[in-house]
Amino acid sequence: MAKVLVFIDNPGQALKKSSLELLTIARSLGETAVAVNGPLNDDAAAALGANGATAIFRPSSDDLDAYLVGPKAAFLAAAVASSGATTVLLENSFDGKEIAARLGIKLRAGVITDVVAVDPDGTAHKSVLAGSYTTTAKATTAVAVLTVKPNSVTPETAAGTASPEVITVDVPESASAVAARITGRKDKPASGRPDLSEARIIVAGGRGVDGDFGPVEELADALGAAVGASRAATDAGWIGHDAQVGQTGKTVSPQLYISAGISGAIQQKAGMQTAKVIVAVNKDAESPVFEIADFGIIGDLFEVLPQATQEIKKRKG
Amino acid sequence: MKIIVLVKHVPDAQLDRHLSGEDYTTDRADSILSELDEYALEAALQLTEARGGAKAGNQVIALSMGPAGAVNAIKKSLQIGATEGVHLRDDALAGSDAAATSLALAAAVRYLSADSPVDLVLTGMASTDGETSLVPAQLAERLDLPQVTFASELEVDGGRVIARRDSDTHYDTVEAPLPAVVSVTDQINEPRFPNFKGIIAAKRKTITTLTLAEIGVDPSQVGKAGSWTAVQTAAERPPRTAGTIITDEGDAGIKLVEFLADQKLL
Repeated sequence: MAKVLVFIDNPGQALKKSSLELLTIARSLGETAVAVNGPLNDDAAAALGANGATAIFRPSSDDLDAYLVGPKAAFLAAAVASSGATTVLLENSFDGKEIAARLGIKLRAGVITDVVAVDPDGTAHKSVLAGSYTTTAKATTAVAVLTVKPNSVTPETAAGTASPEVITVDVPESASAVAARITGRKDKPASGRPDLSEARIIVAGGRGVDGDFGPVEELADALGAAVGASRAATDAGWIGHDAQVGQTGKTVSPQLYISAGISGAIQQKAGMQTAKVIVAVNKDAESPVFEIADFGIIGDLFEVLPQATQEIKKRKG
Repeated sequence: MKIIVLVKHVPDAQLDRHLSGEDYTTDRADSILSELDEYALEAALQLTEARGGAKAGNQVIALSMGPAGAVNAIKKSLQIGATEGVHLRDDALAGSDAAATSLALAAAVRYLSADSPVDLVLTGMASTDGETSLVPAQLAERLDLPQVTFASELEVDGGRVIARRDSDTHYDTVEAPLPAVVSVTDQINEPRFPNFKGIIAAKRKTITTLTLAEIGVDPSQVGKAGSWTAVQTAAERPPRTAGTIITDEGDAGIKLVEFLADQKLL
């Protein structure tokens, strides 16, 4: 049976949805082990076992978070060697992709990013050219390294119960010798809303909000949605760059994307056109966003959004 | 300071883009300098201008790997302000994945470091065609250099590079000794446009063409043969079609909610 290694960076108190998704895919491919960096409490360890992990690999060193990417790739390379895994799965974040990148060179392994599904034979499915093509690709090497986008599968619980064996692997000291060091860290204030990359629903605002994200945020909160923005809105400083959806921001594939006051030029379209359902509200009937919207409203977002928010609150009682 | 900026000639993202041929490679007609590389070039120019610019012996080398047309990305870079251009061009490079690309670029960087050491290799945060963001990290791994990636602020001081890198949950300050591989985001600066003086000056700047043999890479290490991944199938996604479009007559907010309820999205 094929062996699969899932990398989970700082699992925290409870496993994240994206980690459960990676474990679900891993189990469909073979015997699953996990490489964990950072503290691992008993609940998280038990959750890994319950989700089918037969072994947990941990680094000999506890300061990998003090460095950018390189030493984590070295740890993962050691864990792959120790586990005999032929497929490695990571998150599709900036860090996940770069750890995968360096791991690939260390192991002479093909790396495929932005994966949305993996067949039992290792074939990876992904979109390219801003969602205009869907492709399948495969690593031609002994080991394959795949970074998987969030929301690609529905997490399933596994039959696993046994407490997994914990194995410590040595991280070579040379790994941190030439690595960039993280010398300062400031936490971002939490918004209380779902994470943009993982959200089921996104309400996004653009130039048309003219500095006022209030109606966008209120509709988002009524729907339990994340708030997104076009580059025009983030460049204007109306909302943080984290909220940017598009070619140079986040690429999202939610169940529902509500676009308000966004023209829908290529920069924006590239980030959201794989959404399942697109709703657009814009004053300008000529906006390109109406070419891709499942439901479009030519109208003023400052009237349409608050009315929709009221109606949702009324229905939800 | 000696800075190498990696620039890529990519299909214009504003136009329809296509995959073609039996290996589904990107169609490179209508290509331009990748927009995201302009931020790296601007960052390099700001760093060297603060140190007296080209007159003080600072170098900004625009390095591009690609077919004949890629020279246009180099020419544009020279017009914007790079001091010289290097075109790594070889038929065997066609179809290289990120691993093979990073191998060839690492060899080119070593070649360009032979006469005098390179301080920084600067890149954009991704190419606008491949979009994987793998190459900067793989280049750092192959050159055994620190990587300082996705920088939204950058300074060089006392032989160290100091950058700000934002993630979803925190802002980090990252430091590494030179030389380093640095990628920058589109938040770092406002790239300049080439002006008339720059366009005229570019005509006198040198573009050196390198082949694989010159940088000591065997053709089997790159291209399809040297790649570790292969695209198997590619299908153009059917274009999204417009659905129902209505004009607000005072009740569009309610109609929006009815649509969501019909789609079971509430």
